Formats: sequence, structure tokens, C-alpha cells
Amino acid sequence: MNANLLPTGSVYFMPSQTEAEERRTLTVLVDNEPGVLARVVGLFSARGFNIDSLTVSETEHDKHRSRITVVTVATPKVLSQIKLQLERLVPVHKVHDLTQEGSAIERELALVKVAGSGDSRVEALRLADAFRAQVIDATTESFVFEITGKSSKVEQFVALMVPLGLVEVVRTGLAAITRGPEGM
Amino acid sequence: MAEQMTGAEMVVQALIDQGVEHMFGYPGGAVLPIYDAIFQQDKVRHVLVRHEQGATHMAEGYARSTGKCGVVLVTSGPGATNAVTGLTDALLDSIPLVCISGQVATPLIGSDAFQECDTVGITRNCTKHNYLVKSIEDLPRILHEAFYIATSGRPGPVVIDIPKDVQFALGTYHKPQARPSHPTYKPQIEGDLEAIKVAVDLMLRAERPVFYTGGGVINSGAEASRTLRELAELTGFPVTSTLMGLGAYPASGSQWLGMLGMHGTYEANMAMHDCDLMICLGARFDDRITGRIDAFSPDSRKIHVDIDPSSINKNIMVDIPIVGDVNQVMEEMIRIWRAKTNQPRTEAIAPWWKEIEKWRRVNSLGFTNSDTIIKPQHAIQRLYEATKGRDVYITTEVGQHQMWAAQHFHFDQPNRWMTSGGLGTMGYGLPAAIGVQVAHPDALVIDIAGEASVQMTMQEMSTALQYELPVKIFILNNEYMGMVRQWQELLHGGRYSHSYSDALPDFVKLAEAYGGHGIRCSDPAKLDSAIDEMINIRKPVIFDCRVSKEENCFPMIPSGKPHNEMILPDTADIGSIIDERGKVLV
Repeated sequence: MNANLLPTGSVYFMPSQTEAEERRTLTVLVDNEPGVLARVVGLFSARGFNIDSLTVSETEHDKHRSRITVVTVATPKVLSQIKLQLERLVPVHKVHDLTQEGSAIERELALVKVAGSGDSRVEALRLADAFRAQVIDATTESFVFEITGKSSKVEQFVALMVPLGLVEVVRTGLAAITRGPEGM
Repeated sequence: MAEQMTGAEMVVQALIDQGVEHMFGYPGGAVLPIYDAIFQQDKVRHVLVRHEQGATHMAEGYARSTGKCGVVLVTSGPGATNAVTGLTDALLDSIPLVCISGQVATPLIGSDAFQECDTVGITRNCTKHNYLVKSIEDLPRILHEAFYIATSGRPGPVVIDIPKDVQFALGTYHKPQARPSHPTYKPQIEGDLEAIKVAVDLMLRAERPVFYTGGGVINSGAEASRTLRELAELTGFPVTSTLMGLGAYPASGSQWLGMLGMHGTYEANMAMHDCDLMICLGARFDDRITGRIDAFSPDSRKIHVDIDPSSINKNIMVDIPIVGDVNQVMEEMIRIWRAKTNQPRTEAIAPWWKEIEKWRRVNSLGFTNSDTIIKPQHAIQRLYEATKGRDVYITTEVGQHQMWAAQHFHFDQPNRWMTSGGLGTMGYGLPAAIGVQVAHPDALVIDIAGEASVQMTMQEMSTALQYELPVKIFILNNEYMGMVRQWQELLHGGRYSHSYSDALPDFVKLAEAYGGHGIRCSDPAKLDSAIDEMINIRKPVIFDCRVSKEENCFPMIPSGKPHNEMILPDTADIGSIIDERGKVLV
């Protein structure tokens, strides 16, 4: 019965998105106090921001500081909000947009389990060698490879392993750092 | 300096050292040690509420009417969850609160113990910051830090969750630092001088300028309101304000345009739409202000002064962002303006004022009065006239009555108007009025209410009686959730789905049941004397003002529409503007 009704106009006006989304790597220096990760992650979910990859670990034990590397996809306007909202959190020291600030080195580590025998087993080992992946566990019917590199390299290696008996993959997410002598 | 005491004693001592005189709370198992410490002193007065939501709104009213930090004390579990609405309200309206909650003992945390909840988890997104105190060593620092964070920068609520064993533990207390600082939290107070210079240059060249002020001016302190008045006088520019900023610039001032936004005046919204320079001072371009974003003030340069960097360019892109305390920035603006000229831009903006005068003549707040039935706008106007010249504070609930109060009650001073703007919390007004009355025992404190909203926190009448707080609850009773009904009428084909206030209590008897005084009035001729009766009774009053049921609150910018597409009341005199833009008026 409501099918013929005109739109009510009782929703907020949503501006259509015209700007293209960009992929950015942010690095966030925080005090490693309880709940700090929940604050950062909660901010992203509460405000509808995306997280593509997230890597966290304490990096300065004496000062109890952690570095959080977040890869996000958003329009430039939203990216600026993400940065400002992160800076508003009390335990956050600094937020840097590594993608915007220039050349940063990005690496991630993956552990890749492949099972098989015969030619596919040999081929997996040969490809691992070409990708400079290490064998960190082996049985007569399986390997676990450790591979480090850009995300694209890891993706490519994993894709090649699929037909050769890929069982499972675990990835650390991205860690990133700027080039040159300057610190954060 | 350093003194040995228990965690509970530290809490009370820190409150004393922070200058706290009143707190609002409700006891329970996990805060008993703190209540014991409160019992053994008489410096901090505790107000016992009837529901923890009431405590948070009382603290908000207290904070907003004094400029001080509001303090709340609740127990674990339901005590903390009941406080969530008020904490969120304080976050959205930037009200400084410190809420101390009890927690189950640390060894029990995570075991689903009796009255346990994840308070820091639940309140993380509805506070400016929160703490779980795991060790007595951290407690004094956290207590003082909480006050610093709550009251500095953009104010907001801070929760300190203290497990019961930490309250019992013995530790070393230290006093607050004379000049508090924090390793990572550093609010920016001073605005960038270069940006302020550019802003003043634009102001000196503007032909159609407008000051758009907000709650930030109130939060910046009484000094900021004085500075704003000076800046307005110096420049000669018109001033409008958000709901939260009413009173910063006096409603009796000649440059006052009235409130802007969804239910703002025609002149304020048209000035915002047509201006060539918008100077936003401590406001945040909320959707109730901007209406349709891509049609918001299309031809203006925009200056935005805000203490919170994340408010800038969030909803509206601006030309000159200035991060800093609004009072400090306005003082700089005045100084730089004076260095260049000591004159207002009277001549240059005379045509703009002429246009504004034309919009003013529309009389967008007009309504058709009646001899037989009380019109809600009329009731507010009579209330305003009857209380003029008195030491009066107004709180509101949320809905039509709130907008009518904002439109028809006029504020000449800051901190006199307490309302839930950002969150729109029905049930805010009654407890907020109690909080205001605690801070100003001899003032006239009136909650302008709706019959639906006020029932959400009605039990706080009992608090008012207990502490002999003579708050006046002036209910505009139209037997509807009026704003819901209005939207249903205008936007949902008049299908009044669940917006009728059925089975209402007899508010006069209800007042009497609580030990207060009840008044009912439905006759316009008797309204003035009934209002006088309310004002002159030195105890809590519930005034059941029976008003016309289907009155709509106009003017109104329907959501999703630009400022120049307002719905005006039937009485509006659109003759003077019909040639130019009357056609766009719906």
C-alpha cells in the first residue's frame, strides 16, 4: 500500500561521492596502554572508515610505545578526517601518511602451506627459490614457506601456489617505514 | 605533599583539590568505599539521584550553567550502563564531565561477576577519554588527568572506572600540578596568526558578512561572550547562532538575526545562504545547520574557528581554517582590525543590512494566536515576559517545545540556556534543571518541557524534593510527541504512527504525589496568573500547560533542502520578498 508514495524526504541528503578513493598507508605512534588498539580500531568502525590491513606491535619497550600501520582506502576528504580523528585520541602521539609523504618501504610476511607430491612439489620448491621464500617446515608431503616482500609479491606467490596444492596462508599485514635518515 | 591514603579517600581528596563542590550519584556495591569516604567529609556535597541518567544530565546542567566540570559517581554494571546516554549527550555537546564508576575487584574482571560490565569498552566511543585504573599507583595521576582532559581543549566527558580493590588499596596521593600537561594530549589554544590576518583582511573587504557562532563561544568562558560582543560592535556585522550558542550574543542586540538552522529564522538562514563571507566561531556545521550540503551558502568564503582540528572540513570545506580557542582568536581579530581601522564597515555593508531588514519583515516566527486555546508559542512568550529581569535559567527537553523555547525565549547572557543539541536526548531537561538549581540555589530555574519527554526522567522530581530544589517544570502539553507528529504530518502522509501521548498521568496529582505543587492551565486568559503562581512558589512545580494539539513548529527547513527553501508559517508576510524569491517558498 505504500508503494505509490512519493519519497518522503525524511532522510538526510547524501552528497553523491565524486572524488576517487585512494589507498594510503598510515603509521600511528601510540602509547602502548591497555585498550589503545581498541580505540584505534573502534574509531575506524564507528566512523565508517575502511581498514585493509593492520599491523601492531610494541616498538620501544622502555617508553611503552607501539607503532600501528594501517592501510586504508578512502577519498582525500575522508583520509584527512581519518588522520585528524586519530590525532584526537588521547594516547596517540603522531600520525603520518606514508603514501602522501613520499617514498616509503612496505613489507609483509606470509607463511604459506603447500601439500603435494611429484612434479607439483618440485615446482613449488623451484618457485619458492625464485621468490626467495624460505622453507621453514617440511614433511614428505608438504612445505611451509616463509616469504617476505611487497604485498603484490606475496599475492603473486600465493596465486602461483594454488594449483600446486596450496593448503593455507597466514599474513602479518603491512609494515612500512620511510626511506632516508629521518625518523617519524 | 605526598600522603598515604586509600583509593576511595584519594577520589574524594582529588575532587576537593580540583575545586569540586557538588557531585551527582547513586551508590552500589562497587562504589561503597567511595561512598564511605564521602560520608566522612563535608567539603564535597553529594546529590542522590533516582536514576544514573539523571545524574549525568544534572552534571551537564551544572557544568553548562557554571562553566565548571560536572562530576558523576555511579556503581558498576547497570550504574555505568545507565550513565551512557548522558555521557554521549555530553560528548556531542562538548560538556566537561568526570564520571567515576565503580568496578568489580580486579581479580573478578572478565568473570561475568555480579554487576560487572565492560565499562571502558562500552564508554570508549561515548567519552573523550576513559580509564580503567588497575593499580593504586596510577590513581592520583589519572584522577587529575581526567579533569584536565575533560575541561581543556574541546571539553567532553571522561570516565574513570575504579575496581573495588583499588578503592580499598593504600597508596601515596599527590596534589594536582599547578599547570597540568600531558605527553600526547596537547590542545591547540592559540590560533595561527597568519591565518587570522588573512581572515581579518577578508572581513575588511566583505560586503555581505555574517557571524555564525556556536556552543564553542559558551565553552570558551564568559570572557568569550564579551569578546564576541566587542567584535560584533567593532565590525557591524550581523550575528546568528546555533541552538547551543544562544546567549553568547544578546538576543536584544541590534545585530542579532535569531537562531539559524532547521527551525531558525528566515533572516538568519537567508543571510547564511546569501552571504559573501561566513565567519564561523565555535560551531561545527551540523546537519541541522547546513541543510543540503551542496547548496549550503554557495557564494561565500568561509572562515572556521574551532579548537578541534577534526571539526574543520568535516562537513563543509572552508577557505580559512583557524584551530584555536575562539576567545583568543576573536581577541586577535579585534586587535588586527583595530590596527587597520577603528570603524565598523557600516557604509559598505549598508545594502546587506537593507536586505536583511527585508527578510526580517517576513516575521518568520509569527503565529496565529487564539483567545480560546493556548498556543505554545504564546505560552513561551508569556513565560519570557513574566520572568524578564529575574535571575532565570532555562533547560529544555527535546522536540517542538525546545525549538519554540529557542525561538521565543530570548537570552541576553551565556550559560542561561541548557539544552540537548547534538544527541537530542528526551528527558534531559528535568535533571539538567536540578543540576542548574544545585549550582544556583536562589535562581529561577525552569525546564520548558513536553509531556512526552518529561516522562522519561520524571522520577528525578523526587531528587528535587529531597534537596529542596524549587525547579519549575513548564510542560507544553499537546498530547503528542509533537515533533514526531509534525514530521509524520509533513513527510509521512499524516499517518500518526505511535506519536500520540495516551494514558497520560494527571500531572497536577503527580506533582502533589511527589510533594511538589501542580498547576494546570488551558485558558489563555488565566495563563499569566498561573505563570506568576508558578514563579512565586518556593518548591518544585509541575505546570501542565494545555496547548493547541496540532500546532507545527515553523519556520522549518525540511531535511535535505537548502536554506532558501524554508517552510514559513501561514502568517508570514512574504509580500516584501515575493518578487525576488517568493516562488521558491513552499
